[in-house]
Amino acid sequence: MLQQIEGSRAVAESVALCRPEVICAYPITPQTHIVEGLGEMVKAGRLKGCEFINVESEFAALSVAIGSSAAGARSYTATASQGLLYMTEAVYNASGLGLPIVMTIGNRAIGAPINIWNDHSDSMSVRDSGWLQLHAETNQEAADLHIQAFRLAEELSLPVMVCMDGFILTHAYERVDVPTQEQVDAWLPPFQPRQMLDPSAPLSIGSMVGPETFMEVRYLAHQKQFQALARIPEISRDFARAFGRESGGLARGYRTEGAEILVVALGSVNGTIQEVIDEMQEAGVPIGSVSLCSYRPFPVDHLRTMLAHARHVVVVEKCLAPGQGGIMSMEIQTALTGLAPNVATIIAGLGGRTITRKALRAAFERAHNGILPPLTFLDLNEKAIAREPEITSGELLCR
Amino acid sequence: MPLTQIKFYQTGTFTVGNRLLGADAAAEQASPDRANSLNCGHRACQGCGEALGARYVIDAAMRASKGRLIVANATGCLEVFSTPYPESSWQIAWLHSLFGNAPAIATGIAAAMKVKKHDDIRILAQGGDGGTTDIGFACLSGMFERNDDVLYVCYDNEAYMNTGVQRSSSTPAAARTATTPVVGPQPGNVFGQGKNVPLIAMAHFIPYVATASVANLHDLEDKIERAILMRGARYVHVHVPCPLGWGTASGDTIRVARLAVESAMFPLFEAEHGEVTGHTAIRRQVPVEEYLRLQKRFAHLFKPKPDADRIARLQAIADRNIARFGLLN
Repeated sequence: MLQQIEGSRAVAESVALCRPEVICAYPITPQTHIVEGLGEMVKAGRLKGCEFINVESEFAALSVAIGSSAAGARSYTATASQGLLYMTEAVYNASGLGLPIVMTIGNRAIGAPINIWNDHSDSMSVRDSGWLQLHAETNQEAADLHIQAFRLAEELSLPVMVCMDGFILTHAYERVDVPTQEQVDAWLPPFQPRQMLDPSAPLSIGSMVGPETFMEVRYLAHQKQFQALARIPEISRDFARAFGRESGGLARGYRTEGAEILVVALGSVNGTIQEVIDEMQEAGVPIGSVSLCSYRPFPVDHLRTMLAHARHVVVVEKCLAPGQGGIMSMEIQTALTGLAPNVATIIAGLGGRTITRKALRAAFERAHNGILPPLTFLDLNEKAIAREPEITSGELLCR
Repeated sequence: MPLTQIKFYQTGTFTVGNRLLGADAAAEQASPDRANSLNCGHRACQGCGEALGARYVIDAAMRASKGRLIVANATGCLEVFSTPYPESSWQIAWLHSLFGNAPAIATGIAAAMKVKKHDDIRILAQGGDGGTTDIGFACLSGMFERNDDVLYVCYDNEAYMNTGVQRSSSTPAAARTATTPVVGPQPGNVFGQGKNVPLIAMAHFIPYVATASVANLHDLEDKIERAILMRGARYVHVHVPCPLGWGTASGDTIRVARLAVESAMFPLFEAEHGEVTGHTAIRRQVPVEEYLRLQKRFAHLFKPKPDADRIARLQAIADRNIARFGLLN
């Protein structure tokens, strides 16, 4: 049913429809509204057969989910930013143990300086943890991705992070089509754990693995991601058949036909980018974009096919690897090895800085004119930088 | 079959090797009724107090729960020596996740059992003193505070033995560890530090808290059997000597553990809902010195000359335990 609701509420409704059995909650802005919503549903008896546990930290939140998932219960939690970092040890553990936990990330910057607003530094920091990472472009997609995430996670016995931009999505009221319980029940089968803690069939889970087998375990973790690469588009198509709308998949192109400039980005900024593309196409600039949904697994071949014919690939990133530059740009550069397009990075929107159409358009125009430098920080306030003359003496290296 | 007499190191008595006997004649440890949940073949050191403690704890819990038990294990010696892949000594449903999260893992398992209405299944979490009193303490306190349906057992060997004997918040004053070496004006661990987790557990007003020792296995089993059948958060803190870390002979594990109890350095008591409900009286009180002398980690208290001042301060700790719990009554 179509509803005008907050993104967090849409996700809470969507998660509840998946019939989670254990939900662990620890507050951190901007994901808090999601678990508040779920807590209320459990307490009111609307979400039955579910234990809602208020834990003492994010480390405990994911640890409780690890325990419940290993015991065969469909398990969910949500976090962001510092919380994700605080639970990082458990993040790696959950994927290493192959537990199909679904976790929402309300993407937020990492301090210091402390900052509660949106960027992708948090989920990027655990990109190599072995979790699948799906990025939502809209609140509708955020809601839909959670339903797909439980299916994907449980089929592959791997945990999934559904990333949605903090505030921009989590706190935005949008029209969202929330499916019915019957629809979700028909599409998402009950959780059948691959292995579980059961006194009737005892297993030792979490053994110490030495040098003689550890490489093989990691190799298999890599292969598992390729299985996901195949399943993500299939599940997305299957979802579209059942629910009548496109959500998820590996990556979606926007006006890519004949485009000489292709912009790549994760998450909600794609909406702004697409508006700029409309304006520029109207002005005769051959530009399109690719919205990447599956950041892990990273769809190398898919992106290579989508981007091969462009002259310029511009990667808009809401994160930064200090001393290196763009994180996703590196990976796209690798994906395009041996192909023509040159790759430029735009670091934008860090710590919630608004990404304006005007600034994006100016940068894309520069790409069109062949004068976009390899690394650009969008809308830098040069007055603020000038307060640190010892660092920025002389020319600014990257603008 | 000819009988072969072997020295039974743990008890210091002579008995017959169980493997050479039929079931009817074998000692209690080999009883087919025992779950032997922590089976032979693990890599613990000779005389390991933790291996002994864990074996009795898990078997008692299995007996009381009629085999309906799931165990969460913190990282540490117990986990490392019992599960070198592809082998496992555990004949139970067992999960190891991380060093500091065993209580939270157990909370998760308990929640899953509640949702699935497996009321008969009991959840036990276990770890060493590092995993319990230090790195796992936040998760432990959270589990207590929520009164989650978990029995947590701490095997306290008073330092980080798995990493090579470093100080924990359970290391006694004056003890030598790799990070409290015998140098400087205050050799060994300093006085006035450390925490008493059984008392802190009581401050959460949880249904059951107890201390136990491998020197008194029947008492340990009784407490575990009782605790595992209760509901809510329960905590049992078991004193387990470590021959490697304490510098004791591997045949002296029980003896040292007994001296810890009899000197009142490790008081045995039980508490319910925050109130002490019972204690094990000391049958033959010994001076703390007798306990310390067997352990190389305290050798600097006696050589080159006895450090009467520090020994007296340790005796004062024991005396305080006696007064607090009425251990001589």
